[in-house]
Amino acid sequence: MSRPQAPYDGVAVCAPVTAPYVRFSNESAHWWAGAALRQLREDAGLAPADIDGFCFASFTAGPDTAVGMAQHLGLTPRWLDHLPTGGASGVMALRRAARAVQCGDAELVVCLAADTNAIDSFRHGLANFSRFSQDAVYPYGFGGPNATFALITDAYMRAYDVTREDFGKLCVAQRANAGSNPLALQRKPLTMDAYMGARPIADPVHLFDCVMPCAGAEAFIVTTPEIAASRGLPAANVLATIERHNAFPDDPVQLRGGWEMDIDSFWQASGITPADVDCLQVYDDYPVIVAMQIEDLGFCPKGAVADFIRTTSFTIDGDLPLNTNGGQLSAGQAGAAGGFQNMTEGLRQILRQPLGEQVRDAQIALVSGFGLVNYDRGVCTGAAALRAQR
Amino acid sequence: MTTRPPKETRDPVARKKARHLSPGKRSRAMHAMSARAAQGRFVLQVCEDCGEATYPPRDACPVCWGELDWEDQPNGATVLCETSVRVSTNLYFRDHLPWRMGKVALDAGPVALVHLHRSLGPDDRAVVRAMLDRGGNAALFALPSPGDIDMTDPQLREFVVPITGKTVLVSDARSAIGLEVVKAMHAAGAALVVAGMAPPDRRLGAGEEVLSLEGVQQMPLDITDQTSLSEALSKVGGPLDIVINTARYVRAGGVSSGGNLVDQRHAFDVSAMGLSRLAQATGPMLAGRSHGAFVDLISSDALIGSANHAGFAAAEAARLALLQSFRHEMRGGGVRVMSVFTGPVDDEHHQKVPPPKVAPRRIASAIVDALTQGREQTCVGDVAQDAMARWLDDPALYAREKNL
Repeated sequence: MSRPQAPYDGVAVCAPVTAPYVRFSNESAHWWAGAALRQLREDAGLAPADIDGFCFASFTAGPDTAVGMAQHLGLTPRWLDHLPTGGASGVMALRRAARAVQCGDAELVVCLAADTNAIDSFRHGLANFSRFSQDAVYPYGFGGPNATFALITDAYMRAYDVTREDFGKLCVAQRANAGSNPLALQRKPLTMDAYMGARPIADPVHLFDCVMPCAGAEAFIVTTPEIAASRGLPAANVLATIERHNAFPDDPVQLRGGWEMDIDSFWQASGITPADVDCLQVYDDYPVIVAMQIEDLGFCPKGAVADFIRTTSFTIDGDLPLNTNGGQLSAGQAGAAGGFQNMTEGLRQILRQPLGEQVRDAQIALVSGFGLVNYDRGVCTGAAALRAQR
Repeated sequence: MTTRPPKETRDPVARKKARHLSPGKRSRAMHAMSARAAQGRFVLQVCEDCGEATYPPRDACPVCWGELDWEDQPNGATVLCETSVRVSTNLYFRDHLPWRMGKVALDAGPVALVHLHRSLGPDDRAVVRAMLDRGGNAALFALPSPGDIDMTDPQLREFVVPITGKTVLVSDARSAIGLEVVKAMHAAGAALVVAGMAPPDRRLGAGEEVLSLEGVQQMPLDITDQTSLSEALSKVGGPLDIVINTARYVRAGGVSSGGNLVDQRHAFDVSAMGLSRLAQATGPMLAGRSHGAFVDLISSDALIGSANHAGFAAAEAARLALLQSFRHEMRGGGVRVMSVFTGPVDDEHHQKVPPPKVAPRRIASAIVDALTQGREQTCVGDVAQDAMARWLDDPALYAREKNL
């Protein structure tokens, strides 16, 4: 039995910002990082000297890391972190920044993810992703993440009797949620017929199971409640967080993620139950991963997700509002910022600053991250429960 | 009425089809796996400390951090899941979509992504072979159990060299080995076998029957003579798919003792310079083909020298060195350069050598096998296999023992 997680007293999470996504951009990741900081300047009145902690995530900032970015953007932080964990980076940034602020290593941490997407970025990004991918994935058809998740989806559907219609319901609901988000790249309503009739990409993955890569940036601030109040920023408390990497390495196919290892202690530390969650913001590179998180985070028993999906409504006005900005499947996947948009959207809903429609009476958001297909599965997972300070 | 398979033809006006390679970047550990796959071996890394097998290749054991060693492994597997990739950003795979791949649980322990034969699906038992892909790197291919493999699977054809309907050049068809190779290629369904006839012109004797078969074309060819080579190739009508270099000049003798310098020089002219001439002339022809291959028959004496056949062994060693470079050059064109090593052959050149000796027919069938299995390196017969094993194990010791 591991030690219980210390509470996140004295931590405030605030100021979620999104630099509006575009499908293709000739600007650099640095430019996109600058765009997010400009947004923070407008929303929170922030200047470079106000920032004493900086946490950065990106796939396309190379050759620069958080170090180069700090100098590029004129920051002089006393606490610096760089996260190469893509879809899990938002939750991880929150965890690290929260402890830094709580312990006095920093007072105001900007967590920022920025990625660009030129016409050819996707192909180049794929070609150099990881050593295992080079050796043991790309040579097998070079289908990219579509093929990797096709294998997971194929195994998952057969293991738990999940159908394409079940995944379709998730995608259709997220698209409906995107309808009110002016920043979502895909807002045209998606019908189940269109979902089912979409062209196959890597069976059983079809077109609307795939995210659209794009350019964009996301950021939020982790600071003390006093500083948030002095700047007039509505803020949220961190109830609990978890993180796990390379969980269940002996599972032949990824049918569960690292959440399952720590989920009991997570709910215990948070003092809430899944029923208390007002909106669920999960990483959604493919709907199979959404379904997996619904199970592994404890919203339904393992193997029961098909029934759960069929009996639950996931729209903003539904039983369990899911990925209320449309998620990456509709808003777009801006590289590592895709691992931040669940955090910024969760914050927006409970801080009552939505991009689109507001989830009624939202107090508690559950944010879940999933990242980095190093070989045959996502390696990094994490989750955080946030409650608005009111 | 002809019974031969039709010969492939080329539309002279059509824009030539660009040939692409599968992605080629690999880690050093993966290259070590490829080097063994080239020998037809299915190996995985096994931990020296805990014995756990691991894949993909690593540089430390993920169970106990022990050092890893390559070991032959059982190649049975069970298919876990499958997909057909229908969209790819890679030019090579775009030419071959949809591409079936899947994941298997290897009997050896790890799971692996594999190329999936079209007859296999989830829960099926499979045999996994480490084959070289178009980029020349090891890739795992899950096949049904041997015997019922449908070789017409278009993905599998990318990993082997089909012979049916192809045009094959045999550089020296007059020797016992060459005759058997012509016969074997003809029997394997080659549309045309161009049989190189080295000068001087003489009676065909036992070869008469083979060299007169329909689909076999005799062609004056001396690979020690640039002009003869150019003329011969200009007379090969249409594309050339496979070159099999059977030319060699076997003479006994040492260096200071019993060494015949004229013989030694001629051995170099055939084995080494002959290979270079043939490679230069045919390489560009093969590079344009969908399944181009160059097979070189080479003596296992090339590995470490031979006290009894010093000049021949030296010439064959030079040939091997040239072949390595040629293989590297051809990789960019997707042409397979294969070596078939043999020890003493049961022919007129090894009359004084005691057995074991390899029958020419066995060499010919080894060449057919290398092509149809896509194996880059083959050792035919006990002597060559023993030589390769000892050379791989301890080259310095083998050099002493071989030349004591």
